[in-house]
Amino acid sequence: MRSETQEQEILDGIARNDSASLEKVYKENFGLIQNFVLNNNGSYDDARDIFQEAVLVLYEKSKQADFVLTCKIKTFLYSVCRRLWLKKLQQNSRFGAPIEQLEEIVPVEEVMEEKKQLDMNFALMDTTLKSLGEPCKSLLEAYYFEKKQMSEIAGQFGYTNADNAKNQKYKCLMRLKKLFFAQYKQAE
Amino acid sequence: MMEEILLLDLVERYLNGELDESQRVQFETMRHQNPDIDNLVVEHQMFLADLSHYGERRQFKHDLGEVHNKLVEQNEIIEEAEVKSIAPIRKLWLRNKRTIAVAASIAGVTALAISGLMQGIAPKGNQSYLQQLNRKMSQLEGVQREQNKKIDQLIDSTEISTKIPDKVQVSAGTSFLIDEDGYLATNAHVVEGSSTLIVVNNNKEYIARKVYENAENDLAILKIEDKDWKPVGKLPYNVRKGSVDLGEEIYTLGYPRNEIVYNRGYMSAKSGYRDDSMSIQIAISANPGNSGGPVLDKNGSIIGILSTRDRQSNEVVFAIKANNITAAVEALKKDTTFHNLNLPKYSSLKGMDVVKQVKKLQNYVFMVKGY
Repeated sequence: MRSETQEQEILDGIARNDSASLEKVYKENFGLIQNFVLNNNGSYDDARDIFQEAVLVLYEKSKQADFVLTCKIKTFLYSVCRRLWLKKLQQNSRFGAPIEQLEEIVPVEEVMEEKKQLDMNFALMDTTLKSLGEPCKSLLEAYYFEKKQMSEIAGQFGYTNADNAKNQKYKCLMRLKKLFFAQYKQAE
Repeated sequence: MMEEILLLDLVERYLNGELDESQRVQFETMRHQNPDIDNLVVEHQMFLADLSHYGERRQFKHDLGEVHNKLVEQNEIIEEAEVKSIAPIRKLWLRNKRTIAVAASIAGVTALAISGLMQGIAPKGNQSYLQQLNRKMSQLEGVQREQNKKIDQLIDSTEISTKIPDKVQVSAGTSFLIDEDGYLATNAHVVEGSSTLIVVNNNKEYIARKVYENAENDLAILKIEDKDWKPVGKLPYNVRKGSVDLGEEIYTLGYPRNEIVYNRGYMSAKSGYRDDSMSIQIAISANPGNSGGPVLDKNGSIIGILSTRDRQSNEVVFAIKANNITAAVEALKKDTTFHNLNLPKYSSLKGMDVVKQVKKLQNYVFMVKGY
């Protein structure tokens, strides 16, 4: 049995994208979820999707400063997976077999609500970014996601200097914002 | 435009804490005096947060995929359908197959291409089993050739199948639901001589009983009678009425292996072996175990039941016409026990691409094992 501090350490590791922590969580919990999904009319692909979705929820929670894990990571993941899978079964209305319970569960309603919002934001940004076109998309990705320096980006994209690249970046960003807010209004 | 860019740059640097003290104080004064600038700061901060969440999530999803693959490679995660308790089942299946194969070849007038059978059955890296089987099969082949002369027009197989040695496990094949209450259609030769029938779908086994058999057109109807069975709801396919045109695309699902297998082909002829009007000829790749499987058109309507294969030519396969199912159901319904048996009338698969159709269909196609 791991202590609370050890669980917290793993969680902190996840939050700062530490690959060893992620691997640990994956290794220790995937089997349980796989069994659960397979035993409840799911496929191997379903098991992978559901599990990864749940770990993503854990990751996003772990990055919130005010998040305190009040149960074991395993219980959290199982509870989220259970909820996600139940929902999917309902959507597909596959055989209405009752879901068997393997582990204790904790309430995850709030987490699910939050996830819904985050999923929507992600989808929105994804479509917007894809509709932006090149080189804007790659340029913004290089700066905001890969955190590259402007001088490096200038070289990569063939701008004469960092200032030119920076101007271009802002033009792209302004377009992205415009598209994003237009879509956002539509979505609402 | 240039002004906007300069302003945005200022906002971003302010948010990132890149302004020096005097610049910061100056910017904050500006922000207080001008609500538009204040709005822009708030808006931009939120937008950048969204953007960075998006980037992080995308990266994390990617990482998850990498970890998954890595753990699969290291065998920390196991992802094959054959992991769970498959060993005994597979053994049973392999043992079954040679009897099925023989039964199928004789009952179905056409015999099997032995080499194809060998390929289909041979487990990789199990040379001794393969040789043993090989020997047995070649012995049988001789017998078959002799018998084939005698049984050229033979359809009824009872007499011959009793001559088959090693009759431990009787048969295996494919079947599919024709009514949501657990009625399945298959070939008569698949269930021939079995006293107990087990049907399997998604690794779940159910006991079934033969409720109708017609050796003449090689059709049988089974009913699942098992307490674990739960009605599956409306079937997504229907049984097509009227004839099928030459050249129409068709496909089938079946269990030539322990796993469900999809194959596609086209409609070749409106009659079967030796002008048999009860069946059709299709061009499709089929192997022992495919017997009893549904043959569907591109709209997801059943046009027949895959039954036999020409010995000389791999892609000459015969299927019982779907109207035989309709006739059998009509006959069965005269018995009040089966009053409620109803063939599905509409196909909800129409318009879906094949991948989606097959995904839906998998839940309705069962392996049959006869003991």
